[in-house]
Amino acid sequence: MGMSTFSGKAPPGIDPDALTGTLIVVEGPDSSGRSTQISRLREWIEQSGYPVAETGLKRSQLVGSDLEKAKQGNVLSPRTLSLFYATDFYDQLENRIVPALRAGFVVLADRYIFTLMARDTVRGADPAWVESLYALALVPHAVYYLVVSPEALLERTLTKHGRLDYWESGMDLGLSRDWVTSYRRYQRRLRSQFKALQKQYGFEAIGANRPVEAIHRELQARIASVLAQRYPIPPVAGGKDVAVAHSGNRRAGAIRPGRRKWRPIPPARG
Amino acid sequence: MNGPAMPGRLVAVEGLDGSGKSTQIYLLHRWLQGLGCKVFFSEWNSSELVKGATRRGKKRQLLTPTTFSLVHATDFADRYERQIQPMLQAGYIVLCDRYLFTAYARDAVRGCEAGWLRRLYGFARLPDLTLYFRLPLETALGRILNGRPRLKYFEAGMDLGLTTDIRESFQLFQGLIMQEYERLASEFGFEIVDARSGVHEQQTLVRRLVSSSIDLPEYRSTAPQWA
Repeated sequence: MGMSTFSGKAPPGIDPDALTGTLIVVEGPDSSGRSTQISRLREWIEQSGYPVAETGLKRSQLVGSDLEKAKQGNVLSPRTLSLFYATDFYDQLENRIVPALRAGFVVLADRYIFTLMARDTVRGADPAWVESLYALALVPHAVYYLVVSPEALLERTLTKHGRLDYWESGMDLGLSRDWVTSYRRYQRRLRSQFKALQKQYGFEAIGANRPVEAIHRELQARIASVLAQRYPIPPVAGGKDVAVAHSGNRRAGAIRPGRRKWRPIPPARG
Repeated sequence: MNGPAMPGRLVAVEGLDGSGKSTQIYLLHRWLQGLGCKVFFSEWNSSELVKGATRRGKKRQLLTPTTFSLVHATDFADRYERQIQPMLQAGYIVLCDRYLFTAYARDAVRGCEAGWLRRLYGFARLPDLTLYFRLPLETALGRILNGRPRLKYFEAGMDLGLTTDIRESFQLFQGLIMQEYERLASEFGFEIVDARSGVHEQQTLVRRLVSSSIDLPEYRSTAPQWA
C-alpha cells in the first residue's frame, strides 16, 4: 500500500511505507493544456469520491517568492537556479505532498521532478548530479506527459499570452537572438530530454494535439485503472453506497464536503 | 565530473564555534598577502537568499533537514561558481573559513544521508588542505556561552527538538557536530591543529602546513602592484 522513493532513501522524518494516497503527475510544456486537464481531473476524481490535493512547481512558501525574484534578474548561475528549484520542490514534497498522501489523498501534480531535470540537463548540468539531487523524491503512481507539436505549442502560447516567456524560450541559453527561433530550438531540446526521461522512468505519453475532451477521456480511463488497482473495493453488504465503504474514502470523511482543506496557493509575486 | 582546469589551491579551516579558526585564517591571509601571493578569502556566511528562507522557514516552522540543507547548498553553489571556482581557475590560493564539511557535519546531525550530501556537493572541488581546529567540547562551549550570547534558533539546533532550553540545545548540538567532525577528519584526512595551544603557536604550525603543501613562490602575483 505504501510508496517508495527513487533511490530507496527518503528525506529524514518521512516514512514512504505510511503513505496511502496516490500521486499522479501531469507533465508537459507550457501551453500544453496541463492546468485545464488537471482542473477537469480534480472535478471528476472528487465526484468519484476521492479527496484531491494539487501541487505544482514554484509554489513553496519557503522560496517560491525568492525564486520568482531570482528569475527576474540574470544573476544566478544555472546550478544555483537548479538548487533553488530543488529546494522549492522538496519544500512542497515534505510540507504539502507527503501530508496529503499520508491522509490518503489523490495528489495531482502539475509537473514534477521531470520538468526540473529536463531543464537542468538542457542547460548543461551533469545528468547524474541532477538525478542524485532528486533521488529522495517519491515515485509517482503514474506520470502522463502531454505531447504537443512545437508549432502547435508556439501558436497556443502566442494566442494565450501574446508574447513568449524569456525562460520558456530558452533565451538564457543563447541559442538565437531571435525569440521564435530560440523558442523552437529550446522546445525541441526539451522534448528530446523528455524522451530520454520517458524511457528511463517509463512514463506515459498522451497525444495532446487533440480537443480537451478527448484528452480528458483518455486520462480519465488511465487514472480510473490506477485508482481501481490501488483501492480495490471490497464487497459491501446491505447494498449501501459502495463509495462510502471504500477505505480511501473513510479518511476523506474527515474533510467536510464543500470545504476545501487544500486550496491552491496563488502564484507568488515577485 | 570534468570541470575546467583549476591551477589554484584551496585551503579550508573547520572546527566548532569558538575554536579560534577565524583568527587563524585571518593571520594566514595576512601572511600570504605579505608574501605577495594571489590570495582570496571566502566565508561560509549566509547571503540574503539564505537569510530570507531561514527567516520564513523559522517563522512558519517550514524548514526540514532536507530543505535546510538545500537552502545552504543553493547559497554555496552561488558563492562557489561565482567566486571560488573563478579564483581557482585564475590560479589563486583560496582560503575558506568553513567549507562543505560544515554542511556535511551539520546536515548529517540533522539526519540527512551522508551519500546524498556528498553527491549534492559533488560539483565542488575538495580542498588541497583542510585544517581542523580541534578543541574539547567543554572548552568550546565555555568560550561561546560565557559571552552570554543570544543564540539563534537553527544555530542552537532547536529544530532537532533535543530540548526546549536553547542553551542546552546548543550544547547537545555542538557535541553531535563534534562527533561528525571527528569522523570526517579521518575520512578526508584533515590536518589537526590543537586549538588549546597558544594563538601564535597555532599560527606557526598553520604556516608550516600551508608552505609544505603549497609551493608558495608559484602563487606570487606577477602583476605590477598598482594599489
